[in-house]
Amino acid sequence: MEHIVIIGNGIAGITAARHIRKRSDNRITVISGESDYFFSRTALMYVYMGHMKWDHLKPYEDWFWEKNRIELKKAWVENISFDEKELHFAEGGSMSYDKLILATGSVYNKFGWEGEDLDGVQGLVSKQDLELLEQNTKSTKRAVIVGGGLIGVELAEMLRTRNIEVTFLVREKAFWHNVLPLPEGEMISDHIKAHGIDLRHNVELDKILSDGNGRVMAVTSSEGEEIECQFVGLCTGVRPNIEFLSGTPLETDKGILVNEYLGTNIPDVYAIGDCVQHRQISGGRKAVEQVWYTGRIMGETLAQTLTGKPMKYTPGNWFNSAKFFDIEYQTYGWVWPEPTNNEAHFHWRHDKEPKAITIAYDKASGEFLGINTFGIRMRHEVIDTWLNEKKSIEFVLKNLKLANFDPEFYDHHEKEIFGSFKNNLQEA
Amino acid sequence: MAMTGDSPAALSGKQKLATGIGLTGLFILILAIANVNFPNKTLFLTLSLGLIAAGTIIFANDAYLGKHEGIKNDGVWFKSMTGRGFWAWILGIALTLFYIVLYWFPQYLGLNSDGENTGIIALFDPLSKLINGGPASQWFVYGTLYTLAILIFGYKFILKYRHNRYEVIRTFSVMFFQLGFAFLIPEILIRLNKPYYDFKNIWPLNYDLFAGYKIQEFLSAGNLGMFMLLFGVVSIFVITPILTYKYGKRWYCSWVCGCGGLAETAGDPYRHLSDKSLFAWKVERWVIHSVLVFVTVMTIAVVYSFLGDESKGYLLTKDVFLWGSALLLTIIFALIMIFKREELAKDAKIGAVSYFVIIMSIIGINYFSGNYKIFFFDAYLLRQWYGFLIGAAFSGVIGVGFYPIFGSRVWCRFGCPMAAILGMQQRLFSKFRITTNGGQCISCGNCSVYCEMGIDVRAYAQKGQNIVRSSCVGCGICSAVCPRGVLKLENGSRNDRIRSEEPVMDDNVDLMDLIRESSK
Repeated sequence: MEHIVIIGNGIAGITAARHIRKRSDNRITVISGESDYFFSRTALMYVYMGHMKWDHLKPYEDWFWEKNRIELKKAWVENISFDEKELHFAEGGSMSYDKLILATGSVYNKFGWEGEDLDGVQGLVSKQDLELLEQNTKSTKRAVIVGGGLIGVELAEMLRTRNIEVTFLVREKAFWHNVLPLPEGEMISDHIKAHGIDLRHNVELDKILSDGNGRVMAVTSSEGEEIECQFVGLCTGVRPNIEFLSGTPLETDKGILVNEYLGTNIPDVYAIGDCVQHRQISGGRKAVEQVWYTGRIMGETLAQTLTGKPMKYTPGNWFNSAKFFDIEYQTYGWVWPEPTNNEAHFHWRHDKEPKAITIAYDKASGEFLGINTFGIRMRHEVIDTWLNEKKSIEFVLKNLKLANFDPEFYDHHEKEIFGSFKNNLQEA
Repeated sequence: MAMTGDSPAALSGKQKLATGIGLTGLFILILAIANVNFPNKTLFLTLSLGLIAAGTIIFANDAYLGKHEGIKNDGVWFKSMTGRGFWAWILGIALTLFYIVLYWFPQYLGLNSDGENTGIIALFDPLSKLINGGPASQWFVYGTLYTLAILIFGYKFILKYRHNRYEVIRTFSVMFFQLGFAFLIPEILIRLNKPYYDFKNIWPLNYDLFAGYKIQEFLSAGNLGMFMLLFGVVSIFVITPILTYKYGKRWYCSWVCGCGGLAETAGDPYRHLSDKSLFAWKVERWVIHSVLVFVTVMTIAVVYSFLGDESKGYLLTKDVFLWGSALLLTIIFALIMIFKREELAKDAKIGAVSYFVIIMSIIGINYFSGNYKIFFFDAYLLRQWYGFLIGAAFSGVIGVGFYPIFGSRVWCRFGCPMAAILGMQQRLFSKFRITTNGGQCISCGNCSVYCEMGIDVRAYAQKGQNIVRSSCVGCGICSAVCPRGVLKLENGSRNDRIRSEEPVMDDNVDLMDLIRESSK
């Protein structure tokens, strides 16, 4: 019986632990300094907004872990002696392992801005960040959020529920335009503004100014404007949490470098989740891909490998989802913000409601490449099949109703969408 | 100038005004309870109910209209009233006391069967006379307030979920059935000197439907009476199974039923308070099915004793009835055990077998010993105890009185025998399910928190399993609050309704492959 130690109790680490347990009798220990129990990181915002309490974030009741013989240890790992296969804790003490899984997640980016370490300046990734946010926003009337991504818009929504004025600085010309095609980004930008956010595009953070007591007082923007605020949200992306590994024989770049089997350069040491950088990856995916779903799939894949069934990481068709205030977003396959060479976009938008669809297809063959939907839910299974079977855009639009996953009695727009596509073709 | 951002719990000026208006209306009712004899009762009753309605409507308009359509749960757990704070306890205690007085001390409300009513019941006399021709009773007062609550909080609910047509239509439905079927039609029947009958109040929720006095009433009301009696039997044995097969128990519990109607409207602000633990689920299964056994036994005993010895000349003698009932229970039990035992958990099997054996042996022992008390006690005693324990204490005092503490569906989840029957049908013989959308779940837990029935929806969703649970009333809120579009209420093919125990994410990496496999 081997002792498998997992550092990190996020979705990747916990998924690995659960699946190793299902498939083996190994001793399993999960170490986290962040929280006693696994929680849903994606739901941190709902605690701040009062939709949920902290305990609701725990997907498993507390008895689950003992029952499934998954040992939990609350501690921060300070350093690892890979040669002795031993972990050393910041709190003192050590633990030895037979196999080690690094699932240390990510931390938010700081780009060396002046004043980035002042009180009242923070990002939002961890439980500790949430607690700090609660403290930091107690005396906040105005806030500035930097970075137009998923955490930025969530933080904006969170702060608005406490009636805090929010100025939102976004480098791109439309919201999340490094991911979303322009019309969609613009639709979301309008929606964000309609929620009372002072959204500024093409603007970046320049400096964060102190009030003289170590607390933020204002920021200056790339346009030279000084914006008074008592809080600054840093939401310009995350990076792998690997600082504590520097100076060890473990090979890292942006993240911990892993092969197709999620193994690192050191035998018996593996890495999964946000902290990973794939040495090679196909299917249009990024080497560092910090998404809930991929963390989960990596956890499962590695559990197979560690229980006698070596398996390569093959995450299948890309999918993701998010919610921007009231607009739900789903994506399947690839829809690039600017169409690539062979790619064309068909875009449809509802004339009144915030609903939209973009379908990417191959210009020459008409092959369906991917779909973004806003305010319309899609059936994962159906779209995934269509992607695998390389259906044509014509087929997809004709059969779009089969993929609809909206609640009963909702308006259907498939006919209108198909009509709009036909019109576009004739015009083109 | 306040130095902090407002907490989400703060009320706007207009909402404070609306609260004032509503409380003024309520205050008139409280004065009436305190036996203030209003000079013009019609005026003051209109004023009181009108102010309550106006206050609620103004409040709802300010809270939801002019704001973006979407989920409105900001600050739910911060507010004292919805987060089990001070005001929640005050409201819970007030409601509980009201129910205790209503059920057991109606004289304190001013009920006077020998003469003129006083107090709050007298205040409702004009309305009662208008609709049914007679003076009000405590039940008329209660029925009016109950209907008013469903209507005005239904309005609020519709505004809150106006982006979701399923919720809007469903709410219109419960408002319609409450106003028409539960309130107006029965009162008008009284006026026409016909038996009081709420057609949608089906046995065993309506546990008195086959009580001796009720059957007597039906039998002496000519064709309409016969129709009512037959309709009562057909409702539970024919209509209910068909509709539940097609649509799940939601057709009743969250579209038609009055208890469900109140829970979905007035109770909506408390839906998140239900207990989601595995332990609560275990308790639920034992308690609700015990109530079902209790009501079945009680009804058999009541009808058996009603048929009495005089029924000898008729087709339906007491012996025929008794052995017919035993046969029916045996057939249902046998069918489930033969065809569905794979789907029953261990405790469900133990429960079913032991209850079946107990009922049958009690019937056998008493019948063959020539005991007319077929379940050891007199039938009227059983009915009295059922009425006291289940009909009043459980469904009223605990069911509604404790809304602000235990959530809005305590009765529906732990107590309602109708829900138990529909639940069995839904679990074992229905096309209804909540479909989980592939791998999009992020385990956030909104679905579980806002499930009024205490179902840990997330536990299924994060595994990619469909949700097929007896207790699900199909309110649709889990699907509404899901930020990633993972859940959909559907009536579909029975083949792929329940996916295997080891679903989506298990033993497979490309999750979609496994979804396909397991749904074959």
